[in-house]
Amino acid sequence: MESINGRSNGGRPTGAGPGGSAGGSLGGRAFSRRWVLGAGATTLLTTGLTACGSDDGPGGGGGTIDAFVYGDDAVKVQQTAVERFNKSAASKSAKGTVKLVKVPGADYTSKLRTAMGSPSAPDVFFNWGGGSIRAYQEAKQLVDLTDTIAGDPVLKSGFLPAVLAAGALGGRNYGIPMRGMQPVILFYNKSVFAEHKLQPPTTWAELKDVNAKLKAAKITPFALGGADTWTELMWLEYLVDRIGGPEVFAKIQGGDASAWGDPAVLKAAERVKELIDDGAFGSKFSSVSYVNGGAPAVFAKGKAAMHLMGSWEYSTQLGKFPSFAKNDLGWCPFPTVEGGTGDIRNVVGNPTNYWSVNARAGNKDAAIAFLKDCASETYAKALVANGDIPTTSNAAKLLDASPNPEFAKFQYEMVEKAPAFTLSWDQAVDADIATPMLTEINKLFVGKSSPSAFVSALKELK
Amino acid sequence: MPQGPRKRSGAATAGRPHAVWALPGVLFFAFFAVVPMGLAFYLSFTSWDGLGDPTPVGLDNWRKLIDDDRMIQSLWLTVLLTAASWVFQTVIALLLGVWAAGRQRNRAVLSAIFFVPFLLSSTAIALLFYALLDPNFGIIRENILGSSGGAFLAIVFVGGWQFIPFHTLIYQGGARQIPEVLYQAAAIDGAGRYRQFFSITLPQLRHTITTSTVLMVVGSLTYFETVLILTKGGPGTDTAILPYLMYEAGFKSYDFGYASAIASFLVLVATGLSLILVRLTGFGGMRSTREGM
Repeated sequence: MESINGRSNGGRPTGAGPGGSAGGSLGGRAFSRRWVLGAGATTLLTTGLTACGSDDGPGGGGGTIDAFVYGDDAVKVQQTAVERFNKSAASKSAKGTVKLVKVPGADYTSKLRTAMGSPSAPDVFFNWGGGSIRAYQEAKQLVDLTDTIAGDPVLKSGFLPAVLAAGALGGRNYGIPMRGMQPVILFYNKSVFAEHKLQPPTTWAELKDVNAKLKAAKITPFALGGADTWTELMWLEYLVDRIGGPEVFAKIQGGDASAWGDPAVLKAAERVKELIDDGAFGSKFSSVSYVNGGAPAVFAKGKAAMHLMGSWEYSTQLGKFPSFAKNDLGWCPFPTVEGGTGDIRNVVGNPTNYWSVNARAGNKDAAIAFLKDCASETYAKALVANGDIPTTSNAAKLLDASPNPEFAKFQYEMVEKAPAFTLSWDQAVDADIATPMLTEINKLFVGKSSPSAFVSALKELK
Repeated sequence: MPQGPRKRSGAATAGRPHAVWALPGVLFFAFFAVVPMGLAFYLSFTSWDGLGDPTPVGLDNWRKLIDDDRMIQSLWLTVLLTAASWVFQTVIALLLGVWAAGRQRNRAVLSAIFFVPFLLSSTAIALLFYALLDPNFGIIRENILGSSGGAFLAIVFVGGWQFIPFHTLIYQGGARQIPEVLYQAAAIDGAGRYRQFFSITLPQLRHTITTSTVLMVVGSLTYFETVLILTKGGPGTDTAILPYLMYEAGFKSYDFGYASAIASFLVLVATGLSLILVRLTGFGGMRSTREGM
């Protein structure tokens, strides 16, 4: 390199390069004066940055607390709750107000993780319970709410016990339910079913039969937004439950990676492969996305007859295709699988979302006073009006006010009567397992992996 | 080597900007590039989930990097993507650039239009193509992003669509530097357009090709937004190139130690590759393209 440089300098008319010029000035007096100025500016810049960093952070003892929330359409319920709380007597006696920080959905978990490791962490934050908060609990960043809940009649008896339990880790409560329940439901297009004289399937054999008839009619049996892997996950969650019961995943969630070797997982994967080979999802599902509205549109337009999706499918359709949602949208539980041990009443999905409190929260009194609002009837009514089903114990009597009481009651009873409610796998396990797990599921669906290769890859996850 | 005594004052430095003007730039580079790079290198020897303090784990992450099958696949995909992008972009940008070097007014107008894609953000471009490639509602209703080959080619194409204008501009500038007399002489000797292109234009552009190639190679190694938006590394892991793998390890699995090892590895590969390229092509010599005239 040196010889090259030498030649290059020698060949150029400018003489000394920039390096030479800098060397020349280093000794000069003019430089040192300017250097002082420069150094001063740098110091200012750094102190400025530090000041910004410590501003508004938890532990500052200030009155205002920050609440991070997943910023989708449902956020208006929390927005109203915050406005109500900030004017309330509870807010005054706790000497604190709440500031809601709405984080766009796709970035939520990454932003939360980054913020929680920094001085500007939220005091209160939205989460999915289970594995989604385990890392924070292990890092001692969460307030244990067990005693708070036990000592407060409103919180203690305000929520469905199973839902409250799903926000706990190791028997201790770390979350207060704050959104609607989100069970995964098999939706179907009533007019397509009527036209082809079909009944919603209650067993796997019936499902295969419906599948064959729809294919003969040149209609894709199931809409699937396979570009988003979590949509594919829903199929495995239900199949494993129906074939092996909720215990199979419960073991995995408990940290036993060898439980992936349960025959139910392999059988579920084989069912998935069977469906794909049968063309149950059409030939382009791996390019279709749920989040950009692709799969819901295919379903609403009758190009696909069924859609396995979270209960939010109803509000999605109501927003984009209102007449389809009102007239043609049907729903039923996921069918049983012959020979399987899982109860057809078992549900998978998200019991709900939770607020958790940061252990470093500046004003814990205000935080807890704010969380209590989620158990109030006013809050539950706001959820119902938004089309959500609250997880409060008084919810049943509020459901008539829902935009679709029939669907609301179906959903509420489905969850209330469920012998088991399995939390979505990707939220139930730690992120470092969830990510490769989703990758393996996607490989299975796009044919890059066989059911047995799928099982052995999952057994390696730890 | 002609290493005469450096002049510390006088004609050579007179009128040149004072070194202190470089300070903001140097500080920015230090704060936002050198320091983070050093931190990432440090983190690659730790286990850190983003909370609490990193735990030193020695060479664990680097060992994992060597053993990881996905890493090998990623590296291969990255090399493939870089090579395919280079061929696609260089051929088109070179031809367009040479064509646009002409001085007619219509070429100036067309060149300006060609340049427009480069002005859009990568994210906007990726979202645009994501919509265009939707199998149900897009322009091309095929399973493109959901099939391995299709997804890969889509990434190469979208990247090309975005960056060809930039490289065209470089080639246009390069081609305009070629002395007109060479072509006049060739014309007198009876060389046709193709002969002129291969015997004059191409050889005269060799340093431009090197510049453009280094930019393309280093750019392809850090290619990310398009992959994130178009394919999320899928189908399966078939478009999970190194930067995407790094993102996934860091911001989805929260394994910042391993993500930092991948990042450090990328820095090493990119630096090594650009050094090799510069060396092999003799570009560092900065010899005048007009030698021999």
